[in-house]
Amino acid sequence: MGRYIARRLLLTIPVLIGASFLIFALVYALPGDPIRALGGERPLSPAVVAQLREEFNLDDPLVVQYAKYVGDLLQGDLGTDFRGREVSETITQRLPVTLRLTVVAIAIETVIGIIAGVLAGIRRNGFLDNLVLVSSTLIVSVPILVLAFVAQFVLGLQFGWFPIAGINEGWLSYVLPGLVLASGSLAYVARLTRTSIAENLRADYVRTARAKGLPNRTVIGRHTLRNSLIPVVTFIGADIGTLMGGAIVTETVFNLPGIGRAVFDSVQAQEGAVVVGIVTLMVFFFIFFNLVVDVLYAVLDPRIRYD
Amino acid sequence: MTEQQQMDLRRDEVEAGAQTGLASPSVDVTSGRQNSLWGDAWRDLRRNPLFWIGAVLGLSFLLMALVPQLFARGADPRDCDLSNSNQKPSAEHWFGFDQQGCDYLANVVHGARNSLIIGLLAVAVVLVLGVVVGAIAGFYGRWLDGLLSRLTDIFYALPLILGALVVLRSGILGRGVVAVAIALAAFGWMTAMRLVRSQVIAVKSSDYVAAARAMGASNRRILVRHILPNAVAPVLVYTTITIGVLIAAEATLTFLGVGLQRPAISWGLQIENGQSLLRTAPHLVLFPSLVLTLTVMAFIMMGDALRDALDPRQRA
Repeated sequence: MGRYIARRLLLTIPVLIGASFLIFALVYALPGDPIRALGGERPLSPAVVAQLREEFNLDDPLVVQYAKYVGDLLQGDLGTDFRGREVSETITQRLPVTLRLTVVAIAIETVIGIIAGVLAGIRRNGFLDNLVLVSSTLIVSVPILVLAFVAQFVLGLQFGWFPIAGINEGWLSYVLPGLVLASGSLAYVARLTRTSIAENLRADYVRTARAKGLPNRTVIGRHTLRNSLIPVVTFIGADIGTLMGGAIVTETVFNLPGIGRAVFDSVQAQEGAVVVGIVTLMVFFFIFFNLVVDVLYAVLDPRIRYD
Repeated sequence: MTEQQQMDLRRDEVEAGAQTGLASPSVDVTSGRQNSLWGDAWRDLRRNPLFWIGAVLGLSFLLMALVPQLFARGADPRDCDLSNSNQKPSAEHWFGFDQQGCDYLANVVHGARNSLIIGLLAVAVVLVLGVVVGAIAGFYGRWLDGLLSRLTDIFYALPLILGALVVLRSGILGRGVVAVAIALAAFGWMTAMRLVRSQVIAVKSSDYVAAARAMGASNRRILVRHILPNAVAPVLVYTTITIGVLIAAEATLTFLGVGLQRPAISWGLQIENGQSLLRTAPHLVLFPSLVLTLTVMAFIMMGDALRDALDPRQRA
């Protein structure tokens, strides 16, 4: 197991470098002159422009710029945006919002998804099963964008239960965006649980448990559910990494000042350092949670051996 | 297949939402009747109401994209009168009017074409990239597989919307229909690649491939004639669903301001425009959202039905 983890960790390095370079190169290609735009109405003096361009290495070729960036990064320096604000400061300020949103979304998809999946899986082709199947197809089909407006309009404006934007009302502000962000995964968790339960119910060990005369509750709760939840737990684990990078649309529509919103604003403002810094962080989370899940798989299911 | 490869395959299929049972070698293939996979699939498909709902929706959407005039009830999307601004739906004008006083039904209907072109174009690029890269990686293996798989991992780690957002904002491709499609495909081909790679690895070790090799068939012939046709089923399921996903992504990008630009007619632009009027004229967001959702739903339903029909484990 130790060797497997070491090999996987080693493999993440080229992916991390590759992804950050890719995004760096794309940001490098952003049009216009960000320094000039900084001056606004009053043009900056040529000396100031030259000094700023020197400071941000804007006149170096792409590869050199990237090498300098990685060099700084390894020393824990994420650089500053064009207004002199530390990128690391932006991240520490914005990250808690995204973390809270992710926690709410994961909680929603876990609780509702698993309950719906279990109810559907226990009695295949029953009413609940069909209900879960049809509604999960419907939910997956509604684009996040549309779902956000429906949630804002119905739950926010018509019923007035939740605030429709901003984070001024504590955890309550995260319910709608969390629900919207979780929707796709929620449907998937329900389906995964359903398939997994339905398959395991036909397994020999379940038949044995029944034959022993165990009550239905024990057969399902103790024997079936535990085994069936292995793929579900691993999916949810990997989803943490995906959600942290997927919150761009949700955070923008609900006006939450998280890292997704920050990266969107920075792309628009051509703040290269901020974009690259945050995206690298997102990629890191994504890779990290995928690794955790793979290890978790082996821990949960003793049949799987990596070495 | 090694155990590790089988696990990879199962996981790739789960991620792509396209299980086909190839990863489960225990599938019973010795049952009495011997029908072809596609014959069985079509028989199942015909009985599935979800497939028919999806197909009818999909066809009406296709027709809408080809001949929008049929659905516009005689109104011209560019024939606007400001005095009608934001009027609610009525018997003559089913979808009401937008802010500029243009007939909204005509506008929404004319938005179908761009969505369809982008969805189909992007999925075609995804398919080509996925099949070519995946087949090469899976078939030749070793260092080439390692290299291509890492490359795929790199793209996979970047969220679709984020990648497309930066590409479009950078303006390398411009802002037209083709640019949006390519930007989406550039960050959307990875799952197809992994799926094809796994399937190719799964099929590679079967007896008929060994037989073909023994008869002296070249690598290329084996790959194109024997392996790919047998690896195509899950990719087809994935492709159908992905058309819907990409159409939704296009609307999102356009909504965020980096996709199609005015004066193009697009659902994303209509939603964006209506967003600020959500309180006073909710129909401006409602109708393009509704049509967009139905369109995405059509492809996802067809894909779902196709998967069920192609999954041998479902057959009892």
